[in-house]
Amino acid sequence: MTDENEVMTNTSADSRKGQGGDPGAEPPASSWLGQGEAAKHRRADALFRWLATGSGIAVVSAVSLIGVFLLVQAWPSLQANNANFLFSSEFDTRDAENLRFGIRDLLVVTVMSSAFALVIAMPLALGIALFLTQYAPPAVRRPFGYIIDTLAAVPSIVYGLWGIFVLGPFLVPVALWMNRNLGWIPIFATGNVSIKGGGTIFTAGIVLAVMILPIITSVTREVFRQTPVKHIEGALALGATRWEMIRTTVLPFGRSGYIAGSMLGLGRALGETVAVLVVLRIASSPATFSIFDGGYTFASLIASAAHEFVHPLPTGAYIAAGLVLFILTFVVNAIARTIANGKMQRL
Amino acid sequence: MAKRIDVKDVNIYYGKFRAVDDVTLHVPPKQVTAFIGPSGCGKSTMLRTLNRMHEVVPGARVEGQVLLDGENIYASSVDPVQVRRTVGMVFQSPNPFPTMSIRDNVVAGLKLAGTRNKKQLDEIAEQALRGANLWNEVKDRLSKPGGGLSGGQQQRLCIARAIAVQPDVLLMDEPCSALDPISTLAIEDLISELKKDYTIVIVTHNMQQAARVSDETGFFNVPGVGEPGRLVEFNDTEKIFSNPDEQATEDYISGRFG
Repeated sequence: MTDENEVMTNTSADSRKGQGGDPGAEPPASSWLGQGEAAKHRRADALFRWLATGSGIAVVSAVSLIGVFLLVQAWPSLQANNANFLFSSEFDTRDAENLRFGIRDLLVVTVMSSAFALVIAMPLALGIALFLTQYAPPAVRRPFGYIIDTLAAVPSIVYGLWGIFVLGPFLVPVALWMNRNLGWIPIFATGNVSIKGGGTIFTAGIVLAVMILPIITSVTREVFRQTPVKHIEGALALGATRWEMIRTTVLPFGRSGYIAGSMLGLGRALGETVAVLVVLRIASSPATFSIFDGGYTFASLIASAAHEFVHPLPTGAYIAAGLVLFILTFVVNAIARTIANGKMQRL
Repeated sequence: MAKRIDVKDVNIYYGKFRAVDDVTLHVPPKQVTAFIGPSGCGKSTMLRTLNRMHEVVPGARVEGQVLLDGENIYASSVDPVQVRRTVGMVFQSPNPFPTMSIRDNVVAGLKLAGTRNKKQLDEIAEQALRGANLWNEVKDRLSKPGGGLSGGQQQRLCIARAIAVQPDVLLMDEPCSALDPISTLAIEDLISELKKDYTIVIVTHNMQQAARVSDETGFFNVPGVGEPGRLVEFNDTEKIFSNPDEQATEDYISGRFG
């Protein structure tokens, strides 16, 4: 205790008075704490606190302002809407005097294509992440990881072109086979566009799956890599095979990260615009909840009409659609956060 | 149960680096054998070759023979997974599986080995926890996570987990180095009890601990940085601590190490 006091004493000049002769006595706080020093620390602390708080507030207000902007711009159009906004399949804004728009089909196509993308990408990403962290020899790990990451760098328009000109035609036989043999299940039934054209949710979903694969993989890979060695060794020392070790340590440890990564990917798929716009064929009838439907997602519809945003009322209809997408991604994020926080740990 | 271990001409490598040089020693059954020595002398590495945990590190390999009751665990026909089921291990820092309950932690090894009968698992869990002197402290919260226990309790949980599969040998890699003196004492008492049933090999930095718990002691030393560790002397613990054959052992024991 005495030693500590002496060390502290040396750090501040004004503290030497009054206590040097009596090492056993408890020094008065003000003398050795150094009030001048403390005040300086407090100022730096306060400054940093305000900087941090300010950054936080800036982000929150930016998000809220976007929400407010969307709501304010969409409101007049929603008032002037002559169709049911939530349940109508129409989206007709040509006549500003008679707006008829609803988001039913947009919601269906957006959710179905993203969900389908997730169904494909999640197991694939899990497999790749496990391979890269647990099975691949070190020499393969890096180059393979780079290749996956490179997928994220490909522009989405390139994915769109690849989807409609290469992947779509290539998958037509598969799609036809599924439609023929599994058509009795509603989601594989014949949809509202030609399967042979390839411009279906089926194709778009696979394109989206490839696009969100890197983000899910890299998040998952990072959490898997951080599995504590002592747990891995604990499992191996108990006589676990490699797969059993993964099941008892790596997967439980990385589960919330994997799900959070998947939700990030889902967020990306929901908002993806150009690739989906290029791939999906325009549908002339309402969506049928089949993966062989065509049509528009929220984002692709808004992008397709961007050059017509002249009059505020028709424009507001698209902004209203954007508002719904905004809310949708918000909900997805909230779910991801809940899961990442471990509220669903016991799966 | 309780097999003997014979280590014959073993060299242990990390990639090209030879960590342990030409060790031959004999671990008797139902006794406690301690490995002591300064940091980096290869004692932990030596321990980890006894259940083939050494090779978990990329590039690590072992030359020579380790015989478990006469059977070479490094023979090409031997599955390391099987070796680890026979030779249990307790690590330096307690490592219960964080997502599992206390009970599930104890029976984790059995589940891996294929035991599914719930009643049987419950019985074995109780036996193992009693064996690890932990039963009375946790019997009312078996379904709570193992991570909620104190460090000493976690380490005893890990010992329970290791003995639940009824191994022939129990390896302990500095099992008390993360624990307070009272928990250490509890573990040491437990080791003395466990040696009735198991062959125990313990690595320790603490010479008093080696003197207290072990019957045989091996002193490892490393001549210099970058050189492999060597087994300097292997003898009865009493002899090592009273009248060792080697001067280096004497110096280390008496603190004149350098």
